[in-house]
Amino acid sequence: MESYRAPMTYSDELLKSVLKRTRTVACVGVSLKEIRPSYFVARYLTLKGFDVYGVNPAYAGQQAFGHPIVASLADLPADVNIDMVDIFRRADQAGAVVDEALEVLGDRGLSTIWMQIGVEDHDAAARAEAQGVTTIMDRCPKIEYQRLFGELRWGGFATGIISSKL
Amino acid sequence: MSDDAPKYSFETLQIHAGAQPDPTTGARQTPIYQNTGYVFRDADHAAALFNLQEVGFIYSRLTNPTVSVLQERVATLEGGVGATACSSGHAAQILALLPLMGPGDNIVVSTRLYGGTVTQFSQTIKRFGWEAKFVDFDDRGAVSRACTKKTKAIFCEAIANPGGHVTDLPAIAKIAERKGVPLIVDNTTATPYLCRPFEHGAHIVVHSTTKYLSGNGTSMGGIVVDSGTFDWSASDKFPSLSQPEPAYHGLKFHETFGPLAYTLHGHAIGLRDLGPCQSPQNAFQTLLGIETLSLRMERHCENALKIATWLENDERIESVSYAGLKSSPVFRRARKLCPKGASGLFTFKVKGGYEACRKLVEEVNIFSHVANLGDTRSLIIHSASTTHRQLSPEQQEAAGAGPDVVRVSIGLENADDLIADLDQGLTAALT
Repeated sequence: MESYRAPMTYSDELLKSVLKRTRTVACVGVSLKEIRPSYFVARYLTLKGFDVYGVNPAYAGQQAFGHPIVASLADLPADVNIDMVDIFRRADQAGAVVDEALEVLGDRGLSTIWMQIGVEDHDAAARAEAQGVTTIMDRCPKIEYQRLFGELRWGGFATGIISSKL
Repeated sequence: MSDDAPKYSFETLQIHAGAQPDPTTGARQTPIYQNTGYVFRDADHAAALFNLQEVGFIYSRLTNPTVSVLQERVATLEGGVGATACSSGHAAQILALLPLMGPGDNIVVSTRLYGGTVTQFSQTIKRFGWEAKFVDFDDRGAVSRACTKKTKAIFCEAIANPGGHVTDLPAIAKIAERKGVPLIVDNTTATPYLCRPFEHGAHIVVHSTTKYLSGNGTSMGGIVVDSGTFDWSASDKFPSLSQPEPAYHGLKFHETFGPLAYTLHGHAIGLRDLGPCQSPQNAFQTLLGIETLSLRMERHCENALKIATWLENDERIESVSYAGLKSSPVFRRARKLCPKGASGLFTFKVKGGYEACRKLVEEVNIFSHVANLGDTRSLIIHSASTTHRQLSPEQQEAAGAGPDVVRVSIGLENADDLIADLDQGLTAALT
């Protein structure tokens, strides 16, 4: 993170609906090094029942998260619908990933593009939104999943969730 | 962290933040999870927890469900992103510094600090190769000049113990921003009900929860709260957060956890390797206390102002140091930073000096001669011969704890009864 930025505004309702409707996720730029943030997120999403496809030319062909890693979004198996593309790339490379995602996955169920903490491209987000694809920037799906579904609370974090319900 | 959550007021949050009904039993009050270990679902689950890939319970030195509620409660009341609870306020100070400091590093700290903190910073932390530089925080130039390349934090108390001096947090926060280091504020005496340091530019808050937060003088505890606003990767000053951390197999905390990095570091390295965990029973007691914090602080402040005003007008008293009095040099600053009151803690000088002070603490009947503050009971102590005893005469004066000074922590008894007690105590002490 080069400098602190004010977070975009996304409602809890929106983030919850995105995470609930998503079943398959393509993690672009995923690492197989166990201490890298992208590995953390991809493995976490797998543990929570998401079907995760790794995308990274450096690891193409290697098996991870239950599938072979592919070099690009265009190489993902054609019979699989990808609900969400999660981008672990520098902000200046995010736009190209968004455009490729819209082109090759636009008619295969793509409903969300997610850019990780520190990654923002407002023009690319506008292009995705224009095609009806929800775009989240500068957030982490793992942190939001943990915050919205109770787990982050166990770590002593302020979740903002107040409820008298079970 | 939530964008659309309803903005609840302090009184609601002090009861509800962090505490939903227990998912297993429906218990409405937070249960005391008095256990050390937790069963893992399977080997994968255990590995994910140990790798910090999942948040969950491993061992109560690191995380405990009762303690977690306390952490979220205080983090929420302070307006922070997360918190690390620990065994005492003193432990909180060491835990707060651990992610920032290495051998040869220093912190710039106010001269107006609790005596135990002065000793911890001037003596004990030297054993870690850390150094503290003591400066008058009302002299901004001096604070700025004291910062070196090796300075890793600036530290002060919002309302200083014992003198009740209010630190100019916005001015000090600006210096911290310029120097690229976090401002750590001990908010024990003010509590988040009276002062919210993050709103004035602080980055980290520490508490002794033993005081007003638990409130009844029952439970030791401390907590470190992170605002989540400091950019640990903006410079190479904080390698334990921005670079691969060898104590956690090369993990880069800031890159991996973003705004949660400092708090996770506090749990995963601070509590794991130093070990000063909060006990579940104490967390429970402290949570009970926090449920009534706003009500208690209002009465502590109201009583303190009434008693300080009475003392100020009594001919046996030399002076009263209480930021809630118009005569205080920091009265206007206190109105700005602590608009709801200046806490129940203050000092006064007795004509008759050291001997009269020592006698007064022995002659009172309702005030208890106790080394604590923030209790429901009123407390009195002669700081120079007790809490600030390890300090030099110069350090005692700078801290507002000279030999002719008595410190009181005004409780929740009837103010007129407390005035009558001080009145008879002063009469006895001066005859």
